[in-house]
Amino acid sequence: MPSPLTGVATDLKFRDPAKARELSAAVVRLCADIGRDPITLMHVCGSHEQAIAKYGLRSNFPPALDVIMGPGCPVCVTDLPEVDEAVALAEQGVRVVTYGDMLRVPGTARSLLEAQADGGAVDVIYSASQAVDLAWAHPGQEVVFFATGFETTAVATAALALRPELPPNLSILSAHKYILPAMEIVAQMPATRVEGFLAAGHAATITGWGLFEPFVERYRLPVVVAGFEPLDILAGLVKLLELVRDGRAEVANAFPRCVTREGNRNAQEQLWRVFETVGGIWRGIAHIPDGNLRLREEFAGLDARRRFTIDLAHFGTDAPAALTQQCICGTIMAGSASPFDCALFGKECLPDMPVGACMVSSEGTCRIWHTYGGRPKL
Amino acid sequence: MCLGVPGRVLEVRGPVAIVDFWGVKRETRLDVVDEPVEAGDWILNHVGYAIRKIPASEVGETLALYEQLLQESGIDLMSADVRSELEATAPSGSGDA
Amino acid sequence: MSVSDGDARRTALQAHEDRVLMKHGAGGRAMRRLIEETLAAGFADMAVDGIGLSAFDDGAAIRVGDQWLVVTTDSHVVKPVFFPGGDIGRLSVAGTVNDLAMMGATEPLGLTCAVILEEGYLRSDLEKVHRSMLEAALEAGAPIVTGDTKVMGRGEIDGIVLNTTGVAMTRHVVSDAGLRPGDRIILTGTVGDHGIALMAARRGFGLDADLRSDVAPLNSLIRAAMAAAAGGITAMKDPTRGGVASALHEMAQKAGVGILVREELVPIRDVVRATAEILGLDPLHIANEGKAVIGVAAESADAVLAALRAHPLGADAAIVGECVTEHPRKVVLDTGFGRRLLAEPEGEPLPRIC
Repeated sequence: MPSPLTGVATDLKFRDPAKARELSAAVVRLCADIGRDPITLMHVCGSHEQAIAKYGLRSNFPPALDVIMGPGCPVCVTDLPEVDEAVALAEQGVRVVTYGDMLRVPGTARSLLEAQADGGAVDVIYSASQAVDLAWAHPGQEVVFFATGFETTAVATAALALRPELPPNLSILSAHKYILPAMEIVAQMPATRVEGFLAAGHAATITGWGLFEPFVERYRLPVVVAGFEPLDILAGLVKLLELVRDGRAEVANAFPRCVTREGNRNAQEQLWRVFETVGGIWRGIAHIPDGNLRLREEFAGLDARRRFTIDLAHFGTDAPAALTQQCICGTIMAGSASPFDCALFGKECLPDMPVGACMVSSEGTCRIWHTYGGRPKL
Repeated sequence: MCLGVPGRVLEVRGPVAIVDFWGVKRETRLDVVDEPVEAGDWILNHVGYAIRKIPASEVGETLALYEQLLQESGIDLMSADVRSELEATAPSGSGDA
Repeated sequence: MSVSDGDARRTALQAHEDRVLMKHGAGGRAMRRLIEETLAAGFADMAVDGIGLSAFDDGAAIRVGDQWLVVTTDSHVVKPVFFPGGDIGRLSVAGTVNDLAMMGATEPLGLTCAVILEEGYLRSDLEKVHRSMLEAALEAGAPIVTGDTKVMGRGEIDGIVLNTTGVAMTRHVVSDAGLRPGDRIILTGTVGDHGIALMAARRGFGLDADLRSDVAPLNSLIRAAMAAAAGGITAMKDPTRGGVASALHEMAQKAGVGILVREELVPIRDVVRATAEILGLDPLHIANEGKAVIGVAAESADAVLAALRAHPLGADAAIVGECVTEHPRKVVLDTGFGRRLLAEPEGEPLPRIC
């Protein structure tokens, strides 16, 4: 009984190891057909990396295939000053509620977990709705929802903001990100070796795969939308390698059970009613034009940045900004530099106190190199 | 980047559905899903919100896609020795769940 | 950019290192480093005929004549104090009895119990905790023979802290460092039950599921396993904080062997697997309070497994992997789809959205 999950996953057979072996064999065969070394593909999704790691898929990739992790972990790319804002609010006596991913991510001096250890009120929530519940439950306290994640998660924040009745003590500190502009940055990097993108199936569930058509047109790179079960990812890679082999710059949908061409229009409508894009720095990567999502003017009353004076001065000078300028996560992600090329690696930048996204993520290149001295052979 | 979990709707109460995720029940908000949802439907949940109703027909479509990919990539032409080598390195147990 | 920017970061780093944080109590690398650098310094070098502090085992074993005196101590804080499947009372007895059992000492001579209470603590809650301790002590055949009680002011301590110390004699000491290549790895039952139940109870993620802690004294189960093994058990550890992943890492590192685990063989309750899936957690990182990881010589593995399965606490026991000479000191997981390093968890597991 090899399927590790009872119920739906077994029923749907998206975790069938026999089928996975066939798809892996197809990956090997396609790489041989293409005949280049390396063939570099990029996924732009933390959950793709999680799934690739969790199921050990990388161990079956042929040596020529390099599937690299792009700037797709919204938590990892949250910049230090954004974390600082949440930490400062917690220190000011505000109850900060956020997703578990965010707790360990350090700002300039510390993380929310450390602010919590110092007596700050920090709550981990599973659902955006819980932010509302917590605000109703603590009427005497200001509650700030430190909202992180890509458009998929921002949709939930938007729905929350649009509720007709909200507790007056609730506000939103948006660190939401928008993925498409970051893909453009990677595609524009002069040294990029990326030959195709595996796009995130759950973000595309919202935006639709049609969103990638102008991108493919402009950069002549194929994009395949893939899901998150092991078979989804392998199928996505097979499809992407086919497009690379045939030199076809197209969008393909390998996740049809969730993704359509037009996406979830209701969700899009709510997302763009509440948020607008604005440029911002992604931790260690680059300034991404239109990469951040901020609350529109009409939601100013909900915007924690407008409701509070957030004092970041005590975190020191502009040190983090300077350090992140030295960080070369962007080029490491693009596959054109190794962690040893970075002056900060192992010195100012450590797993406990990471500067760049590649050290924040447990599957980030720098974190893995620091822990294992390179990618280990199994 | 976004942890999505499929579940089956047990009951709809206004803007909220009670959803069964492999034996764990939890409320899921229906604010953003773009189709009417009723008991028995499959939905994709992300941070407590249904972001997609998963039609049964499209589950089949995904499964068909695997087969199509395998055929297109020429895997059926794979030599018998490669196939047996793969089988030999496989963990014990049959392929079907 | 100026030189002082780097200085500011270094100052921040220093401040970070100067303080004890929650991660230092989570059973991972951070905790081991803190103990090595502070509390164990000096003591670790003091000669002990047997297993002392420097071994970082579940307890100590001191030679007394032709036997070994095994001593272990454990402080217990848990939120919530009463949780599905148990409470701090049951936990405090089972935890110490299990630490003794992991060293091969399955017949506790006695336990001590120190209680620190916060002013205002409900007497009825204390009575409830006491009943649980009594029940668990009877189950384990481990009398509480002496104790100590302190009360601290409101806010100086959070409710109740329990410390238990256990002593037992054994003729056959088992350490957590004895694995050899070829040994089989046995889990005595399903993993993740305790930590998942606590997380759901504590954080209230709105999950409606039948989650229960597995907290239980394991000494009679281990006694049965040792009898069946006829000396074939090479190492044991209870996978508490940090879960099975942390226990296996420690065992692999101490013994200098590699461990290969087949994920499909790891017993996990469906509801625990589903909850872990929803919250984005790995059940192998989640704490257990009624399970053991046992290393056993290949030729004794089947007999040990049969003995475990015949015991009510070992019905789900399974051989999940083996020790290998490849990748020494590393734990590799065969997922059925490929292989990966089983990461050692850092700090308390937190649910994730991405």
